[in-house]
Amino acid sequence: MGEALLSSKNQKILKDGFWDTNPITFQILGICSALAVTTQLKAAIVMSLGLTFVTAGSNVVISLIRNFIPPQIRIIVQLTVVSALVISIDQLLRAYMFDVSKQLSVFVGLIITNCIVMGRLEAFAMGNPPWKSFLDGLANGAGYSAVLIMIGIIREIFGSGTLLGFHVIPASFYAAGYVNNGMMVLAPGAFFLLGIIVWIQRSISGYKES
Amino acid sequence: MDIIHYVNLAVKAIFVENILLAFFLGNCSYIACSKRIDTAVGLGAAVIFVLTICTPAAWAFKHFFLAKGALHWLGANFNNIDLSFLIFVSFIAVIAAMTQVVEMLVEKFSPALHGALGIFLPLIAVNCAILGAALFMDQRNYNFMESVIFGLGSGIGWALAIIAMAAIRKKLAYSNIPAPLRGLGITMLVSGLMSMGFMCFAGIRL
Repeated sequence: MGEALLSSKNQKILKDGFWDTNPITFQILGICSALAVTTQLKAAIVMSLGLTFVTAGSNVVISLIRNFIPPQIRIIVQLTVVSALVISIDQLLRAYMFDVSKQLSVFVGLIITNCIVMGRLEAFAMGNPPWKSFLDGLANGAGYSAVLIMIGIIREIFGSGTLLGFHVIPASFYAAGYVNNGMMVLAPGAFFLLGIIVWIQRSISGYKES
Repeated sequence: MDIIHYVNLAVKAIFVENILLAFFLGNCSYIACSKRIDTAVGLGAAVIFVLTICTPAAWAFKHFFLAKGALHWLGANFNNIDLSFLIFVSFIAVIAAMTQVVEMLVEKFSPALHGALGIFLPLIAVNCAILGAALFMDQRNYNFMESVIFGLGSGIGWALAIIAMAAIRKKLAYSNIPAPLRGLGITMLVSGLMSMGFMCFAGIRL
């Protein structure tokens, strides 16, 4: 290789995936699951870990075999690799975290068609060596996780008054007439929150859509 | 099991549990392709088409190959085989194959339709609404007829949402939105309002 494991180029890969080209706010990928699994923080964390694992893992595998894949059938090859990883995650969740698995329902399976995974495979892993691809997968997974966890925290606190299942809003608030915001746990609340997060992130990073 | 049951299922799939606005499925292509109305109509039609075909196809695949005991037609030895852990990989293969077949058929029999839908069909294979509908069908244990209606209804609901969004974005082009909110941000906020609107259909039964 002749290049340090965390050279400045590789650091840039990490930073790009996490902030400058954040998969959700910049590349507009993987929004479906970001909205669907974030009513509870725990589900959001599990989903983030799963997606980061799948993105990094499939990036490495595809990058290793990238010179042997015929271009016409690359999509189906990519889908097969991703499916294999997703099946292993799904079986693990069912065995060890059944309640979370129930809560995530079809969205674990939908990691397969999550645009972040496919997008990074197409845009990065098909043309870069394994270690760089791994970093890219990790960084994009982390960027996705950051947004997911943020939405998860806000939705759980304001929607159910809990955080990771513990009550955080004191009972005296409820006694004084405070009520949980029911909209936060429903679909519209997720759309609004993501819109606002995108607004804030783009105000800071200065990115504009034409 | 009469006709009302199926109508209810369709109404539920189109309005109450709209696959896009209540389950967030197919959001990426919804945002990417809702800038122009004609693209939105084309993609919407393609999604209806593919969903109506793929959901029953996935149902058939599950019932003849994957579910516990589904392989009994191969002989008594296969009665206890349960391949349902392969659901993800086989559903995605069924969907990819069906979109490929549909594209070839459309190209052969209706060049005009192919001209309109052509570029969207391959893209649809990785649209999460298709796999999502197939997985919901599996999770809710629909029978064959129900899966046809559910596929069709979800497709219509998705198309309705994306066409409405394209029309709204056309109007939005003339309004003065803060620069960082343009594009994804405002689309999300409008989707939130639309989603609230669709929630009002909750509880409607025939």
